[in-house]
Amino acid sequence: MSCSCGCDTELNLLTQFPKKKEKLAAYLSQLPLGEDREKNRGYLIQSLHKAQELFGYLPECIQLYVADKLGLHLAEVYGVVSFYSFFIDKPVGKYKINVCTGTACFVKGADVVLEEFKRYLHIEEGETTEDLNYSLGGLRCVGACSLAPVVMVNDKVYGNVTKEMVPNIIEECKLND
Amino acid sequence: MIDSLNKLIELANNLKHEPKTDITIFVSMGTCGLAAGATPILESLKNQVEIQNLQEVFTIVETGCMGLCHSEPCIEVVENNTGNTMVYGKLKPEHAEFIIARKAAKKIAGVQTVEKTWYYPDCEDRGDKLQARIVLKNSGRINPENINEYIINDGYKALGKVLTEMDPQGVIEEVTKSGIRGRGGGGFPSGKKWAFAAAQKSDEKYMICNADEGDPGAFMDRAVLEGDPHAVLEAMAIAGYAVGANNGVIYIRAEYPLAIKRLEIAIAQAEKMGLLGKNLFGTNFSFNITLKLGAGAFVCGEETALIHSIEGMRGEPTLKPPFPAVSGLWKKPTIVNNVETYANIPAIIRNGADWFTQIGTDKSPGTKVFALAGKVKDVGLVEVPMGTSLRDIIFGLGKGICDDKQFKAVQTGGPSGGCLTADKLDTPIDYDSLLALGSMMGSGGMIVMDEDDCMVNIAKFFLDFTLDESCGKCTPCRIGNKRLHEILTDICDGKGDENSLSKLRDLSEAIKDTAICGLGQTSPNPILSTLANFEQEYIDHIEKGKCKAGTCTNLISFEINDACVGCTLCARNCPVNCISGERKGMHFIDQEACIKCGQCYSACKFHAIDRN
Repeated sequence: MSCSCGCDTELNLLTQFPKKKEKLAAYLSQLPLGEDREKNRGYLIQSLHKAQELFGYLPECIQLYVADKLGLHLAEVYGVVSFYSFFIDKPVGKYKINVCTGTACFVKGADVVLEEFKRYLHIEEGETTEDLNYSLGGLRCVGACSLAPVVMVNDKVYGNVTKEMVPNIIEECKLND
Repeated sequence: MIDSLNKLIELANNLKHEPKTDITIFVSMGTCGLAAGATPILESLKNQVEIQNLQEVFTIVETGCMGLCHSEPCIEVVENNTGNTMVYGKLKPEHAEFIIARKAAKKIAGVQTVEKTWYYPDCEDRGDKLQARIVLKNSGRINPENINEYIINDGYKALGKVLTEMDPQGVIEEVTKSGIRGRGGGGFPSGKKWAFAAAQKSDEKYMICNADEGDPGAFMDRAVLEGDPHAVLEAMAIAGYAVGANNGVIYIRAEYPLAIKRLEIAIAQAEKMGLLGKNLFGTNFSFNITLKLGAGAFVCGEETALIHSIEGMRGEPTLKPPFPAVSGLWKKPTIVNNVETYANIPAIIRNGADWFTQIGTDKSPGTKVFALAGKVKDVGLVEVPMGTSLRDIIFGLGKGICDDKQFKAVQTGGPSGGCLTADKLDTPIDYDSLLALGSMMGSGGMIVMDEDDCMVNIAKFFLDFTLDESCGKCTPCRIGNKRLHEILTDICDGKGDENSLSKLRDLSEAIKDTAICGLGQTSPNPILSTLANFEQEYIDHIEKGKCKAGTCTNLISFEINDACVGCTLCARNCPVNCISGERKGMHFIDQEACIKCGQCYSACKFHAIDRN
């Protein structure tokens, strides 16, 4: 099966990272799968979580691989991947910058912060910079409302973020390189 | 293995009599505590205990959220002999040295203390306390990763009691008598729901815990799961016994990694002690619980959508009937209850329905947890008896509005709810009073807004959310909300016309009447409620082209007035260099180039910039 978008990296993701593929195969093989497709489908979302945890995103080849193992159609798997915002089918940046768009953060100015990130990185919400360094996204409430507005960069939480802090946050990512 | 109620009680007694150190320090390690820096506090406290060689005096416990988000990171110091306690807030690692050296729950110069505003209704008198903690009783007081600490606090006693002393019908009767209503927002009587499922004949039934807390700005369920996971497990087993289900599923959002981890630990510990699994308490009742992760879809909080998601499908709702209690997960009778509802159940069984009905109002007994956030001084989790007034919550517990601004409105019920204005502050809140005021209880988010918030923009914000989260299955929600959003955007941009408001009203009513699920049916509520309370603001936008709060950038302009002394501060702060003028001379703003960011307005020290 060749990849429909014609990109080689995507096609080869499974062959490119044989160890990750092995881990995914091991995870799928310990699931109590059977003949009943309906029951197998119950394990789809957790399998996709595992696959995304391993590969970072879910291109067609991975979706197809999971579909085969669970005895489902690619279309069914794609339907699920595209429905849930947690699943992504394109590679994301090394630094995932997420501005909380919960109500508490909104009334405290999260929209201004988000605009500043867009302006600074020259990308829109949901996009990744060309060098694959930064992805920008919105995030539903992380529950740190006392620190609103909140920005998360990978697992790190920045609280009480102002527009002025935006360049510093990005600089800090570079320093970690 | 705990195979009888006596064994459990014996274990709890033994644990209670285990020698304790003089002082226990609880470190609040929920998500908000961790984000505010609880880890370095914990480390420095541990270090100081070692440095000062006081291992025999102190026990340090990592616990869940205390609800004091405004003062995180915080700790509670408890003197075990006297029972005296003291909560310290906004801690810095360097405070650890003094706290350990003090060896007492007393005030320390330079360290902030936090007043406890709650009491525990099952063992204390109310006094003048505004909060009553049933659901949050253990949160912040036990180590959630240690089942023994739950057991000391009467944990699993209720499960033992129902399995050995009550029949399923009796459990349902007790829960029905307690009058508890679904805390997820709908307010349906839980006992009645259980009775539906119990009446079904089926070889298999399911209990589901809805932990897909998606309301932006609400984090009650997360606090319960992070702080007291066993309470939910115990309640699910009790409910399973009552309706005849042997399997439970907790559907939890993937965005809550800490809650997931603590639930996994809790399930493993309960299974190991025989409190989950086969033949509980020596009876022939078995109950297993599995975790299912969500994947980021707000609509999955709707029970039929949630069930489809567990089945591995797109989380789209279906029409009811059939109700899940008749045909739910894998087409078997299924009960879906919210985390907070479950967390009430063990206390109801232990203390009795009569005890529970004494708290709260006649039609809404018990307490409700609210996540108080927005422009309020003390942001945090509060648990108050039903019937408490908004004033007590916002001005009592929340200590009023930030920067002493004017209170404008409070949004309850999140994107499905509505706003309540200053004249409603004294209404005792419960399910029915909120509905009567055009809002709803919702899951318990409470966002406070001040004079700087434009209500049209707020309505648009909620609709943004609904648009994003609409599953797209039914037309009213998918297309209707899109149209509503366009009308609101026009109004915010100054392009509204005389028909805008009637269009908004008509379309909102149509969507309410025709959408399939709760998400769609309630999505126009923020519009209808802001229209009812702040119609003049809409009219100002449309007729005068004015946004009084100054947030709709297309409707405002900044101009420099005669007070300008030519300090150049505004020009230096302008990100697009559109302010010109000589030093010590009056400055001008190029209106064409201005992006209306307001930097100059907030920078000016001479009130020389007008926002019109």
